[in-house]
Amino acid sequence: MNITFTLNGDEQSFEVEPGTLLIELLRDEGIWSVKRGDETGAAGADTVLLDGEPVSSEILLAAQVDGRNVTTVEDLGSIYNLHPIQQAYLDQGAVQCGYCTPGMILTTKSLLDETDNEPTRDQIEVALDGNMCRCTGYKRPVEAVETAAEQLEGD
Amino acid sequence: MVSDQADSNPSDQYKKVGVTTERVDGRKLVAGRGGFVDDVHKPDLLHIKVLRSPHAHATIEHIDASEAREMEGVHQVLTHKNVPRVKYTSAGQGWPEPSPYDQVMFDTTLRYVGDRVAAVAAETPEQAERALQTIDVRYEEKPAVFDPEEALEVDSPQVHTEEDPAGIAEPDRNLAAQLHAEVGDIQDGFDEADHVIENEYKVSKVQQTPIEPHISIGWMDEDGRLNLRTSTQVPYHVRRIIAPLIDGLDIKDIRVTKPRIGGGFGVKQEILIEDLVGTMAKRTDRPCKLELSREEEFHASRSRHPYVLRMKTGVDEDGSIRSNQMRLVSNTGAHGTHGLTVASVTGSKTLPLYKADNHLFEAKVAYTNLPPSGAYRGYGAPQGYFAVESHMDEVAREIGMDVEEFRRQNHLDEGDENALAVPLGEGGEGPPMHVRTCGLEECIERGKEAIGWDEFHARADEQEGPVKEGMGMAILMQATGIPGVDMGAAHAKMNEDGSFNVHVGATDLGTGADTALSQIAAETLHVDIDDIILYSADTDHTPFDVGAYASSTTYISGGAVKKAAEKLRDQILERASMMLEEPEDQLEVGDKVVRSTETGESVEYGHICKNAMYAEEQRQIQAVASNMSYDSPPPFAAHFVKVSVDTETGKVEVDDYVSATDCGIPINPQACHGQVEGAIQQAIGYALTEEMKFDDYGRMQNPDFDDYKILSSRDMPDIESILVETHEPTGPYGVKAIAEIPMNGAAPAIGNAIYDAVGVRLRELPMEPEDVLDALETKAQESQSRTGEPVA
Repeated sequence: MNITFTLNGDEQSFEVEPGTLLIELLRDEGIWSVKRGDETGAAGADTVLLDGEPVSSEILLAAQVDGRNVTTVEDLGSIYNLHPIQQAYLDQGAVQCGYCTPGMILTTKSLLDETDNEPTRDQIEVALDGNMCRCTGYKRPVEAVETAAEQLEGD
Repeated sequence: MVSDQADSNPSDQYKKVGVTTERVDGRKLVAGRGGFVDDVHKPDLLHIKVLRSPHAHATIEHIDASEAREMEGVHQVLTHKNVPRVKYTSAGQGWPEPSPYDQVMFDTTLRYVGDRVAAVAAETPEQAERALQTIDVRYEEKPAVFDPEEALEVDSPQVHTEEDPAGIAEPDRNLAAQLHAEVGDIQDGFDEADHVIENEYKVSKVQQTPIEPHISIGWMDEDGRLNLRTSTQVPYHVRRIIAPLIDGLDIKDIRVTKPRIGGGFGVKQEILIEDLVGTMAKRTDRPCKLELSREEEFHASRSRHPYVLRMKTGVDEDGSIRSNQMRLVSNTGAHGTHGLTVASVTGSKTLPLYKADNHLFEAKVAYTNLPPSGAYRGYGAPQGYFAVESHMDEVAREIGMDVEEFRRQNHLDEGDENALAVPLGEGGEGPPMHVRTCGLEECIERGKEAIGWDEFHARADEQEGPVKEGMGMAILMQATGIPGVDMGAAHAKMNEDGSFNVHVGATDLGTGADTALSQIAAETLHVDIDDIILYSADTDHTPFDVGAYASSTTYISGGAVKKAAEKLRDQILERASMMLEEPEDQLEVGDKVVRSTETGESVEYGHICKNAMYAEEQRQIQAVASNMSYDSPPPFAAHFVKVSVDTETGKVEVDDYVSATDCGIPINPQACHGQVEGAIQQAIGYALTEEMKFDDYGRMQNPDFDDYKILSSRDMPDIESILVETHEPTGPYGVKAIAEIPMNGAAPAIGNAIYDAVGVRLRELPMEPEDVLDALETKAQESQSRTGEPVA
């Protein structure tokens, strides 16, 4: 079947099988930031933004994003020009192995958009609840969200 | 609260180490172009799937894969019938491995639910999966054993019945390995002591759960050599261990590279998939990929060894310990992977933290029909510390001493020797462990202050309502690398802009090792971190390193980088002396320049390199160095927790957590804090929520993240990490280890805090709400039977 959706700002069409998962399509396209963590999406390394909301691309069919807007961390900033959220994760030491980091950054983006860059500590902890991390203990990611919020609020 | 700089500062003498710098791999990781194993397109890639045993103990009576072989898209099927029977251990340890050779690629006996039966390589994962289902297998089930103490009994089912056992202590009674170390006369001490106190503790089977599962891609390159891009902590051990397993390949025919990997924590010190990927790639001449599912990661990889530990302590009225004894039985599961050495680390890193006239340590490592245990961050020490630090708390309370005072009176200190280091070396006798630096007193002092220990205990009796607060502590020790065994090497060369390529076999598994090693190179060479281009973990292009385990990298591999960089610095000085026509002793190295102390004339690094490459007596300024150590300086730590225990629900909430660590000079303080905080996440899980649960048939009941509960952002307490600097004389720039020690404290500190809060002692992990309620009920009944009063 043929689907059309906006991927990182560009409208694109793809020929997919009905059972193709979104993560499979994205990784076939070389969108490497989207990671497999388990089969249920519980780990959150497979997070993408669907119309601005964090969703699990491991349990979402590609067909389900037809006509919609998909954003991955590649769209936020590149190594040459990091987004303030990416910079905050780096500055706060919120990155260790980095496998779950793109998912966390997308969750952060959604949270900061929703809260006009004024999330409470509780909102941050709830938002990141769906992004499992085995390296950092979450302290620095939470601080990175706060730093990014301050940064973006100031801009 | 947490500062990224240590407060007391022997590190002030340095510029590039002892300071937080951005991770060298950080930008690509936050930008999502990390370059993990799977982040490549390989044309014509085949997908491997593995058929696994549904039985805990069975033999394969018959296996027929002919239908699978004929199926569309299938290129290769492996079973025990078409692979060589070569015995090995999957434990990625140095040669010769201290783990028994009790595995083959595919066996006729299956020893746990999840054991390998067959593997298929096909064009798509779905085709491989479908083909697996057509393989006709007839199993003969055999009696299985799951409890390690039962396994050691005479009439127990025997897990390893192979005719040619190799390295197994006593296969006929399921004894994979055993240890006995006595220093002094243990019985004498018990006889003479004022009190003899005994307790039993149990610790559970838990999984490392790196978010990236094991994954490996292999292909035969244009020269017919096997290239493996794999998520491993031990690239060189992978190459050495799989070479004999794959048809006709020698070590020289294999190149192993480790790109970025998504965490390891010990489970990637295990060679779980590379032999299959290599064999499939060789046989099909196509790129092949195997990625474990989360379920396989749980029941078909490795986990922490569960133990039963029995402590016995003879102690005098004044708190001095006459005899201290630990006896444990370890459950290594179906294979003896790391069984001996994990137990040995329990003995040598936990019991001797307390000085005693006499020590006895004894371990029996039992085979069972559970999935194999293996290396997991802390490597025996978290198990041991739950017992030692719970028990010491009990001992102190029983003799009426303050728990903190008792610890301060008895802990190992500067100038002491670890009493058990020699008898409990890596698979035999080890070198002595000298304590040359110990910041434990300062750790205790600052940790107490940070959590408000004295203030809390001054008002602790005033609590009302069903939720009671309590505080607990634990003191800890680990080691830094395996003395006399671990070795890392580095190669470094200079470029015309004054930058340097540094090549190391060391294996960054997400810890920041590449960054720390770059900092060491930059410090030694007087350049910026940006001027170091570090490349690591490639068996063709980087020199040997044992890999990432035993908290060794910064100390061992960092030492190699420092030595290689020092050699470069000497060559740079020599060349500058030629160029400036001044003797070397009148020259000093500054920020990318060499300057004459006499004339003030200087020459830049770039110019020096160009001169060496192009001008006269041409040469490449380059150096190699290896580093090993007979010292393994122990880092020390004190952990403090405050918990709230709900006496109605049994729920234990960890409110505050303070860790104070002496890791020598922290090369990158921010990364060190990150190690501490991340370990505490795993350690609180070990204490309270994580447990691999098995049914009566040996099937894991909770092999997914919904049922196996690792802590999320919402579950974490406030953590304060304090770094207490000491300057370890044997380490490059004064370092000791950080990676494992913070894994050791949560379970005993929380257990001690629960006791402090509600007066019940939990001696089994995890400490779940029902355990708390049970213990409270037992306590109430005991007090009722004592007083004759009804329970409230």
